[in-house]
Amino acid sequence: MKTVKFLHALALVIALFWSSPLWAVQPDEMLSDPTLEARARALSKELRCMVCQNESIDDSEAPLAHDLRVIVRERIKAGDSDAQVLDFLVARYGEFVLLKPRLSWHTAALWGLPPGLLLVGIVMICVTGRRRSGAPAGQEPPNLTAAEQARLAALLHGEKAITTD
Amino acid sequence: MLALGLALIQGTMPIVGTRTDDPALMSIAVPAALAQFAFVAIDFGALAECYVASDFSVLNVFENSNSQMPLIYRLTSIWGNHEGSMMLWISILAFFGALVAVFGTNLPAVLKANALAVQAWIAAAFHLFILTTSNPFVRIPDAPLEGRDLNPILQDPGLAFHPPMLYLGYVGFSIAFSFAIAALLEGRIDAAWARWVRPWALGAWMCLTLGIAGGSYWAYYELGWGGFWFWDPVENASLMPWLAGTALLHSAVVMEKRGALKVWTILLAILTFSLSLIGTFLVRSGVLTSVHAFATDPTRGTFILGILVVFIGGALALFAWRAPLLKQGGLFAPISREGALVFNNLFLTTACATVFVGTLYPLALEALTGDKISVGPPYFNATFGPLFIPLMAVMPFGPLMGWKRGDLVGAAQRLMAAAVLAALAVVATSALERGGPVLAPFGVGIAVFVMAGAVTDIAERTLILRMPFRVALGRALGLPRSAWGTAFAHFGIGVTLLGIVAVTAWGNERIAEIRIGDSLDIAHYRLTFDRLFNRVGPNYRDVVGQFTVRRMNGELIGIMEPSRRTFPSRNMATTEAALMTRGVSQLYLSLGDPTNGVVPVRLYFKPQVLMIWLGAAFMFFGGGLSLSDRRLRIGAPRPAKAKAALQPAE
Repeated sequence: MKTVKFLHALALVIALFWSSPLWAVQPDEMLSDPTLEARARALSKELRCMVCQNESIDDSEAPLAHDLRVIVRERIKAGDSDAQVLDFLVARYGEFVLLKPRLSWHTAALWGLPPGLLLVGIVMICVTGRRRSGAPAGQEPPNLTAAEQARLAALLHGEKAITTD
Repeated sequence: MLALGLALIQGTMPIVGTRTDDPALMSIAVPAALAQFAFVAIDFGALAECYVASDFSVLNVFENSNSQMPLIYRLTSIWGNHEGSMMLWISILAFFGALVAVFGTNLPAVLKANALAVQAWIAAAFHLFILTTSNPFVRIPDAPLEGRDLNPILQDPGLAFHPPMLYLGYVGFSIAFSFAIAALLEGRIDAAWARWVRPWALGAWMCLTLGIAGGSYWAYYELGWGGFWFWDPVENASLMPWLAGTALLHSAVVMEKRGALKVWTILLAILTFSLSLIGTFLVRSGVLTSVHAFATDPTRGTFILGILVVFIGGALALFAWRAPLLKQGGLFAPISREGALVFNNLFLTTACATVFVGTLYPLALEALTGDKISVGPPYFNATFGPLFIPLMAVMPFGPLMGWKRGDLVGAAQRLMAAAVLAALAVVATSALERGGPVLAPFGVGIAVFVMAGAVTDIAERTLILRMPFRVALGRALGLPRSAWGTAFAHFGIGVTLLGIVAVTAWGNERIAEIRIGDSLDIAHYRLTFDRLFNRVGPNYRDVVGQFTVRRMNGELIGIMEPSRRTFPSRNMATTEAALMTRGVSQLYLSLGDPTNGVVPVRLYFKPQVLMIWLGAAFMFFGGGLSLSDRRLRIGAPRPAKAKAALQPAE
């Protein structure tokens, strides 16, 4: 916890006083093999720069993101599969590094909510629809208040006056 | 101060008035709302004057402005910081309150008094918030000579209008909220209520659309890597009210026309503004770290949280208590216009809930278990996409269906041309474009289907293919403007979708280190690096790279000048990307830091990228058309008055 807070503060300081910010993905980091590089870029977009504010390491200018990008490329060059690279980084930095959390008991609600809610919505619509069509059709519209009656009368009157002209 | 007192009067008197049925007390609401607006306007004017005149004895001005800055950015600085933006928030709130007071002459007195009272309670809470925790007029005893300047990435024309637009949207939904609460207090709600609320919700929705689009375009060219949407918490905070507001607009139509979905519409009105409040809270409290959040102050966060709990909790409690009293009405078959709108609501609210959970889940999980996880763009793309695709695919059917009982086969037949066009688009794009995801051509197909569907809707209504042109033209002119508005807005969605798909699937990127004289090829363009030079701006220095853009056959197209901009007063640098527009596509070039004549550059080709914002413009325009529709603009009783005015002339 504390280290994270510290890192946040550090990131802020860097962001404020770095007169010449480093760059996201630098030319010298890139792999010469385009297919491997494409894999590295795709993976980078799934990984969080931990000192930044919600940026992927692909977008971030922070030095840590640079290090992570280099690690990703090293692992790819060493022949790791995409899943192995992610596993390696999760083992080292924790789940926090993944921008798309894995399905587990503590993310069940996160992943379950969209389809779950959709399902609940459909069921609710069906149920209310059925219940309503079962009920006697043709509900009475709410009665008008006396004031509204009077206004309605006035309106109808005015309308008539014009149409008969 | 005075404004707070007035807000309290405005907030209490009319409610007491409605309870005791005393017209005098109820009528206080109108002048109180106007006076409150007048005082808030004076406050805001005073703050603006401090900024314009660079009065650095005011702490807020000192911290966020600089006498060297151009006038427009000195004005922008007013809302480029916490205190000022809260001032803007409350000014807009008071402005809307005054609008209701002035233009709401045809509203029933009780509803109007209650709505203005609710509006005033919100205002009072925020007045109190500004006075206690974020007074923009705090003075410095020894006035400094120069200010600290506005955060450089905010010094941009885009930012001049983005926050006010966004706030107009956020706060505009407060009207819908106030009306909803007023209806609950009164325990009466009918189709007329929907008719009164719709224009306000529509206006707010338009502003929000434009605000979000503006913010997205700003991020696109200012942040330097050409992304248009980052699923950043603050962006999500503005997207949630938009989604809920869009759902509200659609459900209010059902309510107005068919008297159904009453309870649901009320709930949506409450939720939309609640999400706006949550958005304000997220941005202003610093609970979620984000590039946009400037103020992180726990007391402020707690205060806004308090406001949130009181208003949202109060509103929902009132809803739970009073909603069962509201009469439900209106039956409809699942295959009907109403059915389609329910479908729209289901998917929009689910999408909204998804964004909500995705944004707040890490926070909740950390608070509950201490586990830290990240929820980023890959999550949102994976969940949001599948929710939006069915919505888009069904969208063209909606307007073609009749109320009460629609004809699915008929609608499908009428959409045949659109479907064929979409299929052609899929085939053509897969044949022409190489690379990119396999599903991308289908995305194009859906976008084309949505656009062609909107055109079909108009064509069907005007019978342009079956009638002589002149008759069709007559019908087109006779068509209610809201029908045109719907078609335009739906068309805009298709345009935006097309832009998003094209950029994501077929965008090109080149990252390289180059020297003067080197060339870079992208898509069918060749860029040559000509020279590097310095330029001095009003409050910054630029290192500019000059690039000549040619076609592959050597034909000269133009010059691009990206730069690195340094702001001495804050010791910060920004990347000023250069954009070259070719049709609706753009070339996007940004510079890194030059070292020993070697410059790292990022060059992008963004196909059809402008369509993303063009679509938003269509939506805005469509909203405007609907708003100008007589049926919406004037509430039910007003035509009678117009007729009454005509009578003497007869």
